[in-house]
Amino acid sequence: MQQTSKNAIASPRAMGAEHVAETLQGLERFLAQLAPRYPSKQALVLPALHFVQERLRCVPIAAVEAIALHLGLHPAQVHDTMSFYGFFRTEKDPLGKHRLWVCRSLVCMLRGADAVLQTLCDRLGIAPGETTADGTITLETAECLGACEGAPCILVNDEHRLAVTCEQVATIVEELTRTAG
Amino acid sequence: MSYEPVLLKHVGCPDSQTLDYYCRHGGYRGLRNALEMSPSEVVEMVKASGLRGRGGAGFPTGLKWSFLPKDHPGPIYMCVNADESEPGTFNNRILMENDPHQVLEGIIISCYATRATTAYIYIRYEYGRCYRVLEKAISECYAAGYLGKNILGKSGFDLDVYLHRGAGAYICGEETGLIESLEGKRAWPRIKPPFPAVEGAFRKPTVVNNIETLACVTHILARGVDWFKSLGVPPDPKNPRDLGSYGPKLYCVSGHVERPGCYELPLGITAKQLIEEYAGGVWKARRAKAVIPGGLSMGFLSASELDTPLDFNGPVKAGCLGLGTAAVIVIDDETSMIDVLYNSCRFFAHESCGQCTPCREGTAWSVKILERIRRGKGTRDDLDILLEIANGIGIIPGTTICGLADGAAWPIKTALTKFREEFEDAVRKGVKSKLGQQSFSVATRSEIL
Repeated sequence: MQQTSKNAIASPRAMGAEHVAETLQGLERFLAQLAPRYPSKQALVLPALHFVQERLRCVPIAAVEAIALHLGLHPAQVHDTMSFYGFFRTEKDPLGKHRLWVCRSLVCMLRGADAVLQTLCDRLGIAPGETTADGTITLETAECLGACEGAPCILVNDEHRLAVTCEQVATIVEELTRTAG
Repeated sequence: MSYEPVLLKHVGCPDSQTLDYYCRHGGYRGLRNALEMSPSEVVEMVKASGLRGRGGAGFPTGLKWSFLPKDHPGPIYMCVNADESEPGTFNNRILMENDPHQVLEGIIISCYATRATTAYIYIRYEYGRCYRVLEKAISECYAAGYLGKNILGKSGFDLDVYLHRGAGAYICGEETGLIESLEGKRAWPRIKPPFPAVEGAFRKPTVVNNIETLACVTHILARGVDWFKSLGVPPDPKNPRDLGSYGPKLYCVSGHVERPGCYELPLGITAKQLIEEYAGGVWKARRAKAVIPGGLSMGFLSASELDTPLDFNGPVKAGCLGLGTAAVIVIDDETSMIDVLYNSCRFFAHESCGQCTPCREGTAWSVKILERIRRGKGTRDDLDILLEIANGIGIIPGTTICGLADGAAWPIKTALTKFREEFEDAVRKGVKSKLGQQSFSVATRSEIL
């Protein structure tokens, strides 16, 4: 793929060439382990994308090609699946160390999610979708997180925090910054 | 109403996730009962119980199983739908987090009945805790002989259960979207027929069942058909097509109530009883303006319709799409229905998979129109256009492959008919909205640039 702008070059701290190579080697072992579970290789696309993104905080084009190679697919097939789910990031737009989702669906809206999101934006100095300059936290809006008894709720990586108040936002941010090292 | 919970009985008890706890409290009794019977006897038993799917559509579970081809050489697959994403719904999360073996027992029984040899639990990525709890419970099952080869010594009964994580897409809860996603493709629902029972995952016969449905199977096998049918509402004698609403149901109550939560009750409780007797009433001593009876896609009940029984028929009679997931969302009388509908339309536009043009374009335009109304620039024509969109998208008008668009349409239709005056008033006066705003300002932006 032709790189057309400075921003298009992979830049996350976590993504040194060595780390990429290491992850792709691990990927091969991971896929070999999981393969007996499924009657088709293509079924491993989502597990493979998760494996890569958990480690590299995005799915670089080199990984898309590697996944395609291991699974006997065309890279376009892997990319087609990857791009369908808003979940995966490309190397142009990697995630920070932690991913923080704020639910914006109806129940959370009814119980104050707007204020929680605004407080987080102010606290982190970023808008939804962006990552803090130090690469610690990516802030996102989410559709219903399935924890409406605790609205407004947020998801820290893949764990819910229920009934979040604006006052708790500072503590959560501090906690994540502390564990990002 | 006095009712002793069954599905939620062990929620909140220490160690309720462990196999040891589960077995000490009578766990895997249903599976032992099932293994005394032939698979087809188990199917007949579930049919006789009248169990209907808890995931939204309410299709009879035993009947769904009986659509599998007879004497198929296999493999037959079970896909467990744990992609719970309908706004307002969290009962499956509570079951998986707190009582995973109750769910796994239902899966094992159902696979025995349907002769499925592999079960994939398709679980939404956001349910990380559920994933880890289930992962542990599954390995306990393998170690104790509840999974693997010749389960509990039953020769030839082999089953593997695998967890498969989603990646944040509502459409994966649609059963053929789920199958496509499991196969590693974009989750575009399939044209039916063929139904999954005939050609599903990996082109093989496949059963797709919801978590709560499977938990019900556990108890039907452990406690019997009579127990299950003693709960809920029998078929309406005036409606020969009615299949009844038997069994317990997990009602999720959220929004503007004092005590949001998941309440287990026999099917058929009214929205009003649920809100007042269980959820502590509308918060801040306010009144309900609207109530969603079964997850966002079902549409709205008005304040005068709260005596509606929440069984498989009640919400339909009140103009809603159905019982859905029985997730009740209460909206108080200080909330703007324009904001509520905007939030709903934005959800469905975001989650439309884009495969069918009427859904992709219709949901997107509904958001644009509501944005205009929220800016105070709406017209009466806009309300008519919204209704025209809502009447034209979905499997009911026959313009889409799956029901997502019907779910987008029903909130629009019910809001614009039941709360017409509020919408007309808003466009006449040019009322501007604030709640659920789309763009967030960044106070300290300059510092980071």
